[in-house]
Amino acid sequence: MAETAQKPKTKSTAPDQAFEPWEDPNAKPLIEFRGVTKRFGDFTAIDDLTQDIYEREFFALLGPSGCGKTTMMRMLAGFDMPTAGEILIAGQDMAGIPPNKRPVNMMFQSYALFPHLSIWDNIAFGLKREGRGSDAIAERVEEMLRLTRLERFARRKPHQISGGQRQRVALARSLAKAPKLLLLDEPLGALDKKLRQDTQFELMDIQEKTGTTFVIVTHDQEEAMTVASRVAVMDEGRIVQVATPAVIYEAPATTYVADFIGDVTLIAGEAKAHESVVEEVVPEPEVAAPEPLVAAAEGERAPQPNALGEWLHDRLLTRVLGPRKAAPKLLPAPEVAAVVEAPVAAPKAAPTEGLAIHWAAGQPPLVAANAPPDWAGKRVTLALRPEKVAISKARPEAANALQGKVIDIAYLGNISTYHVELANGSMIKAQMANTRRISRRDITWEDDVWVSFSDTAAAVLEE
Amino acid sequence: MRRWVLIALPYAWLLALFLAPFIIVLKISLSDIALARPPYMPQLDFGAGLAGLREFFAALDFENFWFLTTDDLYWKAYLSSLQIAVVSTFLTLLVGYPIAYGMARSAQEWRPTLLMLVILPFWTSFLIRVYAWMGILSTEGLLNQFLIGLGLVSDPLTILNTNTAVYIGIVYTYLPFMILPIYAALEKMDESLLEAAEDLGCSKFSAFWLVTIPLSRNGIIAGCFLVFIPAIGEFVIPSLLGGSDTLMIGKVLWEEFFSNRDWPVASAVAVVLLLILIVPIVLFQRNEQKAREAEG
Ligand SMILES: Nc1ncnc2c1ncn2[C@@H]1O[C@H](COP(=O)(O)OP(=O)(O)OP(=O)(O)O)[C@@H](O)[C@H]1O
Ligand SMILES: [Mg+2]
Repeated sequence: MAETAQKPKTKSTAPDQAFEPWEDPNAKPLIEFRGVTKRFGDFTAIDDLTQDIYEREFFALLGPSGCGKTTMMRMLAGFDMPTAGEILIAGQDMAGIPPNKRPVNMMFQSYALFPHLSIWDNIAFGLKREGRGSDAIAERVEEMLRLTRLERFARRKPHQISGGQRQRVALARSLAKAPKLLLLDEPLGALDKKLRQDTQFELMDIQEKTGTTFVIVTHDQEEAMTVASRVAVMDEGRIVQVATPAVIYEAPATTYVADFIGDVTLIAGEAKAHESVVEEVVPEPEVAAPEPLVAAAEGERAPQPNALGEWLHDRLLTRVLGPRKAAPKLLPAPEVAAVVEAPVAAPKAAPTEGLAIHWAAGQPPLVAANAPPDWAGKRVTLALRPEKVAISKARPEAANALQGKVIDIAYLGNISTYHVELANGSMIKAQMANTRRISRRDITWEDDVWVSFSDTAAAVLEE
Repeated sequence: MRRWVLIALPYAWLLALFLAPFIIVLKISLSDIALARPPYMPQLDFGAGLAGLREFFAALDFENFWFLTTDDLYWKAYLSSLQIAVVSTFLTLLVGYPIAYGMARSAQEWRPTLLMLVILPFWTSFLIRVYAWMGILSTEGLLNQFLIGLGLVSDPLTILNTNTAVYIGIVYTYLPFMILPIYAALEKMDESLLEAAEDLGCSKFSAFWLVTIPLSRNGIIAGCFLVFIPAIGEFVIPSLLGGSDTLMIGKVLWEEFFSNRDWPVASAVAVVLLLILIVPIVLFQRNEQKAREAEG
């Protein structure tokens, strides 16, 4: 995940005016969900959802499997009716309007290609229903085939092509009619990275040329970041946050969003006014109550050994693995000795305002300047993107610097992610561009290193 | 060895149950009628050796096939059988398709029950069921009593012993053969295809016409052949439900065998019937083959 994804988009009519109709109180939304609820039996798939989507938007739905993305699309297309609430398209209530009368085309997650028709006829299907002339149809189909690079397969049946090719047919078929609103349910998931990127740009191109409004479901956040004007992060039938990709990434509203989008280290702690930190070099014991990282919070749900398991561990495994940890996934609290001995780094270039987040005994509080000062006294979570964390052998000049040991290095080609374990067992991820070849790299496993980040690097989230 | 047995088994089956009887019938059709037991000549006498064999083949001829063309009873019977089979296949399709469609669209938990209901009639004897239809369709039968009771008709309808009764009988008897393949095709169909069709601008009806019908085509073709092929040679239904003017080749065949005791002519009728049926059977096989390939 890189900031390069947030390249400037040329969606606006005037080049210097950003495309942000959602900021304009006079803008008329194309799609309005008003208190829409959808239940299947007693299961609530969409829960009282209210959301506006504007014309010419590229609106991305992001969320875990089963959170209701497809259900939202199906209600827009007219296959499912809301249990409560209403959906308006271009100001018109869609209740009772059948799918074939809506200005909407949908690309199905399952593709739903007609198995008895050739690729060519699949793409032509919607055009033929419009009663266009056969020349116009042929021209449009050829155009779609070219766009999706399917010319060679035009005469084949869907079962005679590969999965990725099928996905492109489904895409071509939904694009062919050039509808006002296009719903794409995971349109590019089966394509290889190169083709996916090309198709993403094609989609954005189409969108710019035709002014079509896109609603797109994707599991690939990089894709959402690349194409979307706004991203909606969903969870269990609700939209948790809607914002531009940059805001979603840089300023997530909740820890859920921060955790769902991109790689992140979450650090929970208690916020205090920053001034007090400089004086208290050694944290107070009561503040220093061991605070495990939120990143490890799933450990709370981790299976606990039962009595037999404990017995077995004590009898057999202790010799090999050492003593059993009470809660296996929670990181160990620092020992008392460590509290005293740990070097407490007082920030040198201490800013005058902001918060100091006390998060673990024996660790210096973390300084965050990008939070309202009146959050002092609250419990907050810092969401820290790995690419904003630097790693070095020598102690760096930075607002926040923590000492630890490299536990793991994930080599991703252009970058590497270092998993650094601090003295109290907390993990922090740091990312570094691989400007040198592997063999020349000076940081390796088990090295003692410093991780550091500025006082604005982390997003501060209220709990 | 095991592979050899596996291959040989179906061939042995085919040989014993189709080819051997067919050769026997073919041989009888080439023989001459005789007052003997069995009532035809010549008989193959293995004791006479090679000379006897030569004599045997010399005695066979196509006289009976020639005879079939001289009497217009036979080709009229063939034509009439074809016509009755075509019409009743079409009627069976008209009745069977909606039933199969309804079954395929019904709730998942109901389908096994509905399927069993379709097969249920096979649990009683075919003959008894046809007799039951005689009871229903006769002038004093249940149907007429019912219609008169309702006041819909004043005089009883004559249905029994007409071609109408034959159509009713054939449609009733062969309905499951139509329903099952169509149901199998419809049940496999992905319903999101209909949604896709509607999404692309089809009304419900045109989605049915452009998607459902083509996708159940193989089921329709299979069902039609499964009804048409046995219906052509049908004997019990026309002789029990049909009238004196109901002309079907199965009935002619029966009369040649049992009333005239002319086994050679009867066999010739049977051989010609088989030759007529080979065309739809081959077409049917080809359809099945294509359906399998499309799936595979
Ligand atoms: N017809 C239905 N009957 C009952 N439950 C349904 C039905 N359709 C969807 N659901 C449930 O509604 C929830 C949302 O489904 P939906 O298909 O919208 O998920 P999704 O966000 O698209 O997930 P995915 O990313 O896996 O495609 C799921 O829990 C699903 O089980
Ligand atoms: Mg989905």
